[in-house]
Amino acid sequence: MTRTLRLDGVDRSFGDRQVLRNVSFEVSAGRMTGFVGANGAGKTTTMRIILGVLAPDAGEVSWGGTTLTRQDRRRFGYMPEERGLYPKMTTREQVAYLGRLHGLDAAAARRSTDALLDRVGLGERGDDLLETLSLGNQQRAQIAAALVHDPEVLVLDEPFSGLDPLAVETVVAVLRERASAGAPVLFSSHQLDVVERLCDDLVIIGDGVIRAAGSRQQLRDSYTVPRFELVVEHDAGWVRDHPGVTLVELDGARVVFDLPAGTDEQPVLRAALARGPVRAFRPVSPSLTEIFREVTQ
Amino acid sequence: MNVTQATRLVAEREIRVKLRDRTFLFGTLFFLLIAAAGTILPPLFSGGPSTVAVTESLAAPLRAAGLEVRVVPDDRAAEQAVRDDDVDAAVVTGPAVLAMDDAPDDVVRALSTQPTVRLLDPDAVDPVVAFLVPFVFAFVFFITSQTFGVQIAQSVIEEKQTRIVEILVAAVPVRALLAGKVVAGAILAFAQIALIAVVAVLGLQIGDSGGLLSLLAPAIGWFVPFFLIGFVLLAAMWAAAGALANRQEDIAAVSTPVQLAVMLPFFAVIFLNDNATAMRVLSYLPFSSPTAMPLRLFTGDAAGWEPIVSLVLLVLAAGAFLLAGARVYEGSLLRTNGRTSLRTAWRERETIG
Repeated sequence: MTRTLRLDGVDRSFGDRQVLRNVSFEVSAGRMTGFVGANGAGKTTTMRIILGVLAPDAGEVSWGGTTLTRQDRRRFGYMPEERGLYPKMTTREQVAYLGRLHGLDAAAARRSTDALLDRVGLGERGDDLLETLSLGNQQRAQIAAALVHDPEVLVLDEPFSGLDPLAVETVVAVLRERASAGAPVLFSSHQLDVVERLCDDLVIIGDGVIRAAGSRQQLRDSYTVPRFELVVEHDAGWVRDHPGVTLVELDGARVVFDLPAGTDEQPVLRAALARGPVRAFRPVSPSLTEIFREVTQ
Repeated sequence: MNVTQATRLVAEREIRVKLRDRTFLFGTLFFLLIAAAGTILPPLFSGGPSTVAVTESLAAPLRAAGLEVRVVPDDRAAEQAVRDDDVDAAVVTGPAVLAMDDAPDDVVRALSTQPTVRLLDPDAVDPVVAFLVPFVFAFVFFITSQTFGVQIAQSVIEEKQTRIVEILVAAVPVRALLAGKVVAGAILAFAQIALIAVVAVLGLQIGDSGGLLSLLAPAIGWFVPFFLIGFVLLAAMWAAAGALANRQEDIAAVSTPVQLAVMLPFFAVIFLNDNATAMRVLSYLPFSSPTAMPLRLFTGDAAGWEPIVSLVLLVLAAGAFLLAGARVYEGSLLRTNGRTSLRTAWRERETIG
């Protein structure tokens, strides 16, 4: 059984500024979906609408084919962009409290809290007041708060910001666990390299409009003009004059170039071999950063 | 989980956090000490019956008056006992009363004949008490609604300022958050007052002023429901005011109207409590009725049906303010960019609810 979180034609304005325009995409069960976009592109607004913290002006959010209700949302785990828990409560106490607000009974909330705090490495600091923890540890507490009720869907706004590399690994592992257990996981991030490494699917938003959505590989394929890297023995400047070639980068013996889609790249290789030894010749996949730049322009 | 269960969880947390708050605990302790001191100490200081040194021949009327009599062999010994501070006073041949610097009224009374006094309206309230009781009622309501009201507003702002409110709103209805805070505030306020009342009653009994208690009882009986509902009304205003603010520093600015709604009735009741017309009006106005109506009952000015009508008006007003407060609360809770104007909050409900 696959359950999918779906946004369908979601619009939202603040005053006369429209921040979301016909936003539609899916977050599939068991997949980590990265949600990227520039500052102010509409990521946080979209996530708030999914969680029911904001109401959409038009469109709907559905889960497993039916419109989301508050009861469904109580089974969601949410980490808002602007972090905060009660400064004057202990981590253990407030994580358990949030578990109870999400419908766990007292015993289950306590069990789940203990297990999670150990999992994110806060077991020993669990009884300290939150305000006495370092920012990184508060962030771990925030992750625990989002996961305490064993949510069916995870929506995390910038879960990795403010974490040291070790903590990033812990959090990544925890999120992967949830995804492999079948939960759809939607997370936003500015750190495109992290997203590139983590996500199965990708949604790119720019100025409130979904610019691209799909699996990472699919996006790579569709946003790739055939691009190649060639390294020869001597100067590679001649490639510039080869028919069809658009030069991207030339650095002595190394050259990166694009060909029109559907063009055979082998004639370039043969031309190179005819001039001397070829040290390398390979297709170049664009990085997420490049795709991002391309689709949001 | 429904709204009621969510409300209970929210209220439980508020109470638990408050019960660990040192300021709150010391504040309560302080009030208890004042209540105990205020009721036990005055009778103690008035010193009970005087001790009198006297020769056996003059002792009889003093014993009859319940004074503590110490028999001495002669007048000289009696005077010496006073000088040595062994007794409060002495009675010597004459009879004359000797004391150091303060004429002992009870000794003088024991030796004089007094005319019979017949009170024509024995239930009328002692003027001192009549002055003190309105002050105490108004003061208790004022202090409590002020203290706990500010705490409700602070708790709302804390959730807004730390942004935890986003997680809360995603999990439970906004109404449950508001209701939980109001309920917790009312329970804490009421428990604190009940505790103080118990100490005060015990104090009155220890201090042997039990008579005042029976006079006060009906007024206190009515004060309880008026207090609770009046508190809910103000708590709704405080919560809404808190939601309009964005930082603890804003609290003074957003709560001015609420402060006035607490302060004006307080002073009105204090200053106008001997003006029957003014008190009649005040005893029906929702903001002042919690103190003014029990007072009129205490002084015996109100007919039996009056508190009921006034209470119904108060309940209606509290209901209206709860609804209005909830709307403002919902409209401003998630606006975290600076202060929200009342108008914006009223017009635009953000959440799905």
